[in-house]
Amino acid sequence: MSGLVIIGTGHAGLTLAREWRKRDPDTALTLVTADDGAAYYKPNLSKALASGKTADELITAAPDKVAADYAAELITGVQVTALDPAAKQITLNDGRHQAYAQLVFANGASCRHIPVQGDAADTVLHVNNRLDYQRFRQQLPDGGHVVIIGAGLIGCEYANDLVAQGYDATLVDPLAWPLGMLLPETVARSLEQALTNAGAQFRLGQTVSRVDHAGAQYQVTLDDGATISADLVLSAVGLVPNTAVAKEAGLATGRGIKVNPRMETSAADVYALGDVAEVGGHVLPYVLPITNCARALAATLAGEPTAVQWPAMPVMVKTPVLPTVVCPPPARAAGEWQMEGGAPDWVARFVGGDGTLLGFALTGAATRERGRLAGETRPPQFAD
Amino acid sequence: MSGQRKWRCLVCDFVYEEALGMPDEGIPPGTSWDDVPDDWTCPDCGAPKSDFEMAEF
Repeated sequence: MSGLVIIGTGHAGLTLAREWRKRDPDTALTLVTADDGAAYYKPNLSKALASGKTADELITAAPDKVAADYAAELITGVQVTALDPAAKQITLNDGRHQAYAQLVFANGASCRHIPVQGDAADTVLHVNNRLDYQRFRQQLPDGGHVVIIGAGLIGCEYANDLVAQGYDATLVDPLAWPLGMLLPETVARSLEQALTNAGAQFRLGQTVSRVDHAGAQYQVTLDDGATISADLVLSAVGLVPNTAVAKEAGLATGRGIKVNPRMETSAADVYALGDVAEVGGHVLPYVLPITNCARALAATLAGEPTAVQWPAMPVMVKTPVLPTVVCPPPARAAGEWQMEGGAPDWVARFVGGDGTLLGFALTGAATRERGRLAGETRPPQFAD
Repeated sequence: MSGQRKWRCLVCDFVYEEALGMPDEGIPPGTSWDDVPDDWTCPDCGAPKSDFEMAEF
């Protein structure tokens, strides 16, 4: 059996399967995944405590339902180890080969690991999927103290979820303010204040140098020598696209697998989308860009070549202590942040030299402006 | 019962409650699902109306 083969059953892979099946009910579909194949919505991991859900309760469709809904053969618990684009087949780590007519890499990204010393360095948790999250919850003691490495979007969401449910959280980040890669300082300080008021602690301008066992707990050492006792250490310092198999097969890769706005890689009949893909120069590991790419690719795979149309796509930061929306300006864009409003309800516009709105950030009551501002913001431009 | 139904997003589990509406998005409380604009999208994940199903609670 060949047909369409999708590697990965996260938001990218399953959205593609859903959209493609609407157009092609008959062609064979094979879904290959390293995990158990259960459908869940990854952004819900970092708000599961507040929503009162266990890792299992986050499942929106069990594996057999996924297979039935999309009339797919679902191959779970396997890694893809090789791609032969000339023979049009992939190799799995159980030795099987899988032929394809069309192949889609939707195999996501892995948590970035930063080097940490100490005799408990290998206990640091990285949560990138539901099964990782299950381990996190199993190890999280009631009311325990979690040290979170990284005060970016994911780190702040976990901190909010923890402190709101009676846990303690300390965020450590080398940058001077939270979400330092996404938010201007003024806006970020309001979020920092709201999280602090809710019980979170910040150690900014610091990195974690060691994690050591200390009885039933851990001792976390910062680079200034300060120590913190923790019940759990969680690392949330970004994602690295899983490009190894594609790169080994000779596909063009940069930060991700390089694709054009039709999600075509440099190999015939091989496509990529989601966290693994670099679309026209952009790596955007967020829900809206991925959903838009999946819809365009579904049309292309069904015989109607379609380039993705990207509007400006705001990202919701799930920090209920201070709702925050950010539509990040393009990397290395020239321009400046202009502030309106006041703490904690900010409208921050990132304006280019010619007056073009290139991005924005909103907090508190101002988040209801997101639709209007998104309409005024220049969408991401594709590189040739 | 009309006017009191709930609709669940198949993608992200967001629930639209007709009784509550989405005042922040200009949809008043009590707005029937049928009267939610066709171009409305899920506030959490951006999924279209067609990716919602009626939810039993």
